[in-house]
Amino acid sequence: MNKKAVVSVAVVVAIIAALPVLGDNYLMRLGTMFGMYATLALSWNIIGGYAGYPSFATAAFFGLGAYTGALLQGAGVPMPLAWVAACASAALFAALLGLAILHLKGHYFAIASLIVGEVLVEVATSWRSLTGGGMGLNLPVLRMGVEAQSRLFFWSMYTLGVLALLMNWLVARSRLGFGLNCIRQNEDASAMVGINTKRYKVMAFTCSAVLVGGAGAMYASWVYYIEPPDVFDVLTSVKPIVMALLGGAGTVLGPAIGAGVFLVMEEVVWRNFLDVHSAILGILIVALIFLLPNGLLGLAIRRRKAAIVARLPTLAKRRKA
Amino acid sequence: MSDLLTLEGVSRRFGGLLAVDNVDLSVGRGEIVGLIGPNGAGKTTLVNVITGVYRPSAGTITYDGRRIDGMKTFRISRMGVARTFQTVQPFPAMTARENVMAPATFAGKSQGIAEARERAEEALEFVGLGDARDALASELTLAGRKRLELAKSLAMEPKVLLLDEVNAGLNSTEIDEALDLIRKVADSGVTIIIIEHLMKVVMSLCSRIVVLHHGGKIAEGTPDEVRNDRSVIEAYLGNRYASRSAGEASDG
Repeated sequence: MNKKAVVSVAVVVAIIAALPVLGDNYLMRLGTMFGMYATLALSWNIIGGYAGYPSFATAAFFGLGAYTGALLQGAGVPMPLAWVAACASAALFAALLGLAILHLKGHYFAIASLIVGEVLVEVATSWRSLTGGGMGLNLPVLRMGVEAQSRLFFWSMYTLGVLALLMNWLVARSRLGFGLNCIRQNEDASAMVGINTKRYKVMAFTCSAVLVGGAGAMYASWVYYIEPPDVFDVLTSVKPIVMALLGGAGTVLGPAIGAGVFLVMEEVVWRNFLDVHSAILGILIVALIFLLPNGLLGLAIRRRKAAIVARLPTLAKRRKA
Repeated sequence: MSDLLTLEGVSRRFGGLLAVDNVDLSVGRGEIVGLIGPNGAGKTTLVNVITGVYRPSAGTITYDGRRIDGMKTFRISRMGVARTFQTVQPFPAMTARENVMAPATFAGKSQGIAEARERAEEALEFVGLGDARDALASELTLAGRKRLELAKSLAMEPKVLLLDEVNAGLNSTEIDEALDLIRKVADSGVTIIIIEHLMKVVMSLCSRIVVLHHGGKIAEGTPDEVRNDRSVIEAYLGNRYASRSAGEASDG
């Protein structure tokens, strides 16, 4: 990304941050959802987009973060500290889980990562003494006005989304990002050119979990009540993948754009077709991904690639001469 | 002169199949050693064992005075053991330059992206791909991708280079160019172990040839010695031909 792009992204980020000025509660709720969706999609992008490992573990990290935050807040830990602890627990969990399942590839990895969330649902449901089981957990109510609360959660969630964007940008520019790019394209050759593939994959998996754990905890604080099927919902794993693919997986901005587009579609469809909204949303998503295999950002990138291909014939001729 | 790479009693078993059987091999600094043998003789497996893709089931491998058997592939690469794959293994969605920057960044001694880029361009220039540096790897010709493999290996600044059939699938002009290139690499001081089916290549390049058959070493020597070795002729052309050619040799 060049300087101009960075500046324009910074401007857009600042404009969205000023959303509370409008004072519309519905927009604030959407803004908070956007921050959360962007966090999830951008986080997934590190393991799924850069490293090419189709992780369905997002719900597991999200739920784990939600329960960590809820339990700590219940025990009297200040809310911000509980959020940080949720990030840490999700990151630690991802690192250990990664060591166990990142040798699996493709579908096998996808299934293994999907099962993790299901296992955690069972744990959260059965461990009644700690989690309240199927009854769920109530969180302490904040002593502040409704508007102040909606501002607080919007800015918190949005900050998390911006951090996720920053993380993507840093990873993309680092050795880690370069290495993950290699791993996605050819893992055997990556080891041969000196990349510690296992370590890089575990790092990517951890990056893909840390902020998701925080988002889970913020969500719990935001809605005051969590239960296993809600925070470990498999859709929490699926939606970020759709968003990332929609915007452009493996790009810095793509997943954030995808999160915005997805949110708008979800709201519009849900409001107008209440009965069949998931069916229509599903068809829309399939159509978009089918028509834009490289995502919305892919449109721009494909044009650049076409220019390179056009230069090739001359290269071939020169070599023969 | 101490040997750069020494294999002692190296075996690799896959279930009931002994793919590499008790192979001893030592390669001196600056040597070009040919590794030949019929299909399925265990040549590529041996390369995979040396580079840490497979652990040896038995035996020891010493490189530059250090045991490397059981080490991870990326560590062995970083110590200066480079290899090209029999089937080319580029990063298809990256340009040629980015492909070569990967080993320069992760296995070479480059500090930072700028230096890795410079090293990559040198390597591409060396193999004659300087003009194609911005082309995607997936869009190069087969000969181009083979050169790219070589450039990737060279960007690691290796001490020993294992070339696994770099010439397979090339036409005779391309092979001659590749031969010049390999000589140029050898002249720069890199030790080379080359797996090859084309006798023309092996005979003209190598000072020493090792022959594998059914995983075991059946002969070793100069090109001439190996060419007239009875067990080698038997392995390639069968028992009857071997005795006939032995008869001719004693007649003549």
